[in-house]
Amino acid sequence: MRKKAGQSGAIWKLFLVVCAVFATLFVWGSNQAAVHVEPTNSVGPRTLEKQTETAVVRDYLKAWHSMSGALDQNRADLLNADFVGTAKEKLTDTIREQAKLGIHTHYRDGAHDIQLVFYSPEGLSIQLVDTVEYDVQLLDHEKLQATQHVRARYVAVLTPTEVQWKVRVFQAEPE
Amino acid sequence: MRFRLTLLLGGLIVLVAGQFTVAQSGGLQLPKAVEAGSAFTIQTSGSGQAVLYIVGPAQVLRRDVQLGETTSFAAGELHNAGHYVVVLVGGSSTETGAFDVTAVHQPTALSFIAKPSRLPVDLHDGISGVAYVFDTFQNLVLQPTQVSFQLSGVAGAPQMRTVMTHNGVAWTKMDSASKEGAAQFTAQDGSVADKRVIQQVPGDPCRLKMNIRRSGQRLELETEPVRDCNGNAVPDGTIVTFTEMYDGGEATVDVPLKRGIAKTEMPAHSGATISVATGVVLGNEIRWGKE
Repeated sequence: MRKKAGQSGAIWKLFLVVCAVFATLFVWGSNQAAVHVEPTNSVGPRTLEKQTETAVVRDYLKAWHSMSGALDQNRADLLNADFVGTAKEKLTDTIREQAKLGIHTHYRDGAHDIQLVFYSPEGLSIQLVDTVEYDVQLLDHEKLQATQHVRARYVAVLTPTEVQWKVRVFQAEPE
Repeated sequence: MRFRLTLLLGGLIVLVAGQFTVAQSGGLQLPKAVEAGSAFTIQTSGSGQAVLYIVGPAQVLRRDVQLGETTSFAAGELHNAGHYVVVLVGGSSTETGAFDVTAVHQPTALSFIAKPSRLPVDLHDGISGVAYVFDTFQNLVLQPTQVSFQLSGVAGAPQMRTVMTHNGVAWTKMDSASKEGAAQFTAQDGSVADKRVIQQVPGDPCRLKMNIRRSGQRLELETEPVRDCNGNAVPDGTIVTFTEMYDGGEATVDVPLKRGIAKTEMPAHSGATISVATGVVLGNEIRWGKE
């Protein structure tokens, strides 16, 4: 009787561990962040066409994905497609420093609340503000040190290149 | 049995959660915000050795610390604005927290975009200027600050606008002057200034008039100096077209302006009608040798 109860307990434990693992995999495996784009009434001196807005938001979210990969793998080359200028230089420096320290970070963005706030008159820059929620995992020599849930307000400036918008300024500010 | 299950589930959650989340700071005392490049301290509690991480996309720091002591960070050590996660890993515990690094309020650089670099005179809101304000560490200064724009040309009083930045950017529009020439377009924030040169060129010709005189079997055609509506000479090289129509025939000559004047020769057909045009401007029409 005691042995049977022990077996049942072990099965339950196994079941719960499997559930927990699947739940964790599901949460971390899902790459789709919830995205909300605030209605754009005025972005300053230039009219923002819907296609431009869509392209900017798409490229900005793609930049988050690139950044996550680059900081996770400590590969600055992954930034090339989506970052230029100061933003790229700073992220590259972070990656260099991470590699030197033997750490890497994994950013998983869960939700974005994006508002386009400025479109320059000559169409050469566009600025957005993003209240973003993400989890950041810190690994030191492959050992997970912590996971922190973050809610922050990011200001990004994107500039157009041949085929897409790239992030030139990427900076969080106090909410 | 139910109690054991609940306990087990709870334990499992703690076990799983323990791997991925840690308690918010207990004895970890962090500044709420730090100005970029400033010195700051972090206070820990307890005893023993630990590792302190300051992690953000913009910068990352790692420091071996003695728990219970104050850890100092020198000026310039953390210089990129952003939101930073702090992780303190001791022997058996992990504490976390977060703080912000803000840009230095004093701007030291402007990213000034002025467009276009060349435009016709007398164009309302024809020139745009956008200035992004940065601090010494290339952080965008998000605190509102005043940017002065000034457009000064070869003649007339300079145009001035003062604009407060919003999210680190200020912009304006200016009119081009009525006189041709290079204008200086300046954006200034405190002691930081950036300058661009805007070339203001004459507009389209305003009126066009030619004179004709006979020279043997040919006619000598010559325009008066071609000017825009503000009296600026239209640039040399602008094409002027002379057209002669006679007895069902037609002859056309395209001539570039030289020293503000276009001149050419055409055959003298009695009863011919000769006209002149440039761009969208039609000049006078002359009937030659009317019988």
